[in-house]
Amino acid sequence: MRLEPVANPSLLRKLGFPALALLATVVTASVLALIAGAEPFGTLGLILKGAVGSKFAALETLNRATPLIFTGLAVAVAFRAKLWNIGAEAQLYAGAIVAVLLGTGAIGAPLVFPVSAALAMLAGALILLGPVVLKTRFGVDEVVTTLLLNFIMLLFVSYLLEGPMKDPMGMGWPKSEALVKEARLPRLVDGLRLHWGFGLALIAAAVVWVIQTRTTLGFEMRAVGQNLAAARFAGMPVNAVLIKTALLSGGLAALAGWSEVSGLKGHLSLDLSPGFGYIGIIVAMLALLHPLGVVVAALFVAGIFVGSDSMSRAAGVPTYIADMLLALALLFMVLAIMLSRFRVVRG
Amino acid sequence: MSALLEILFSASFLAAAVRIASPLIFATMGELICERAGVLNLGIEGIMVIGAFTGWMAVYQGMPLWGGVGVAMGAGMLFGLLHAVLTVPYGLSQHVVGLGVTLLATSTSSFAYRLMLPEVTSPPKIEPFQPYEIPFLSDLPLIGEALFSQTPMTYGAFAVAGLTAWVLFRTPLGLAIRAAGESPAAVEAQGLSVTGLRIGAVIVGSGLMAVGGAFLTLSAFSSFFFEMVNGRGWICIALVVFGAWRPGKAVLGALLFAGFDALQIRLQQTPIGAHLPYQVFLMAPYVLSILALILMSRRAEVPAALMVPYNKGER
Repeated sequence: MRLEPVANPSLLRKLGFPALALLATVVTASVLALIAGAEPFGTLGLILKGAVGSKFAALETLNRATPLIFTGLAVAVAFRAKLWNIGAEAQLYAGAIVAVLLGTGAIGAPLVFPVSAALAMLAGALILLGPVVLKTRFGVDEVVTTLLLNFIMLLFVSYLLEGPMKDPMGMGWPKSEALVKEARLPRLVDGLRLHWGFGLALIAAAVVWVIQTRTTLGFEMRAVGQNLAAARFAGMPVNAVLIKTALLSGGLAALAGWSEVSGLKGHLSLDLSPGFGYIGIIVAMLALLHPLGVVVAALFVAGIFVGSDSMSRAAGVPTYIADMLLALALLFMVLAIMLSRFRVVRG
Repeated sequence: MSALLEILFSASFLAAAVRIASPLIFATMGELICERAGVLNLGIEGIMVIGAFTGWMAVYQGMPLWGGVGVAMGAGMLFGLLHAVLTVPYGLSQHVVGLGVTLLATSTSSFAYRLMLPEVTSPPKIEPFQPYEIPFLSDLPLIGEALFSQTPMTYGAFAVAGLTAWVLFRTPLGLAIRAAGESPAAVEAQGLSVTGLRIGAVIVGSGLMAVGGAFLTLSAFSSFFFEMVNGRGWICIALVVFGAWRPGKAVLGALLFAGFDALQIRLQQTPIGAHLPYQVFLMAPYVLSILALILMSRRAEVPAALMVPYNKGER
């Protein structure tokens, strides 16, 4: 068995295989529902209803999609340059910590938002910078270093929440003090739970798209990702490009944590992120690493989670079906992307 | 200082270190076999979880303990097969497939656990492996308790490490596996199949990883809970690098790390330790893993064809 590149893949091929991947995911979802003793179409219908079936559900989906857009963008930017940023979780918490630190009211609105966001991005960027420097200087594979940093950061947050940042009125539960009202992101529309974090996420996606398609940096990032040796041979400052990619990626991931604290929750606790950093990887791959696709994929993934929560309450199928489906969607999609570009030949 | 020495030379500390190292040894040997053949298996964390879960569930449903170990190994081999098929013949990114396998295996464990035990609030227990004292040797001072009064799975871990070293460096099969990771073209020139060797190595390696996970539920703790693997898989990846892809050094690395883990609980009770937040001690294994990676990354002992998909006939 051999893989032969397809010279000019047709649009049917480029979109058809990913569509097949999604179909395969849906089929697997039905099988899992059957195993769980539930009726497959009904289960899928409940998931759909739970995701977008009511105004409340739709807003919940949009809220859940906000951090996923940020982490999805972070991962997509990094992966495009073949920088394996698995540490979005740690970068997210860095941004969250900054949001709390600057949410004390010392800086007034509306200045607090750009300042806090910028510092949050800086914090996230610095977190990713360590592993990237280790990669460029010492050749240490960044997958494991970024991963291990996630555990270290979580422990650090735990220390902060039980110590210096502890809320004295939290009744013993480790969480930070609440942000003052002026530091809270306003609602997009009065009366709804949806906050401006979602708007910022959309703006971020547009900005990343412009960077990738219209700037020299974007071109360099793509070149470095596709063929490092060739980029270096062409005279590109490869290490500088990787560092800039890291700064952008880490900053975006930090905004996920920043917006969750400033917009949704208003304080920091250990359960801030149910794995947004890792799910961002799935979002990025499903989006084929395209920044605008990330928005669509994030909405899709958020819908699956929100819908499964609601479905699980109604039909009793464990919510983990969502995680299984997304892991399978990731594997199917990676296979589909390859099949859309290569032909499998016997021999 | 004397408090530290007292701890280091106590039998209970050494025994704890050996016990904590056991799952790491299984999983590290598994990853080492995969990487020697040329495949980075990032599914290790998830495969340890599925091993822990299936081993425990099998015993919970009435199987004998060693049967549970076998079931765990089988589950690991299945996920290894998935990883191998996607990365070896299809040449997909080993990073992404590995992470996908980890996510899938972990979520499958959670899903199946919830499905089979829906109303459970505290995790049910099974009867785990009991320590088996090797006659005469276990009466030796200090190392008697540390090395010869462990559970059968710990003895198994060291046996597997020895077996891995012997197969890799003293048999033709081992030579072929190592060659598949160093220069696949040479292997094909001999008429052997690089694809077959790599798939086989990943399947066997993943089986061992799952046994490492099963140690956690069948020998260390006696119930399964989410988050129990807690990053051990990633630490094993660092241990493979730390051991320069050699089983003996990797085992020493595992013992060293386990020692730090065993130490941190005891250090917290000393006068100095009481002043530091406990999170600092818990961070130690992860920080050390990063340091180990930095230290060892300068050596050029990486298998040359690691992470390079092999396309037959390609120059």
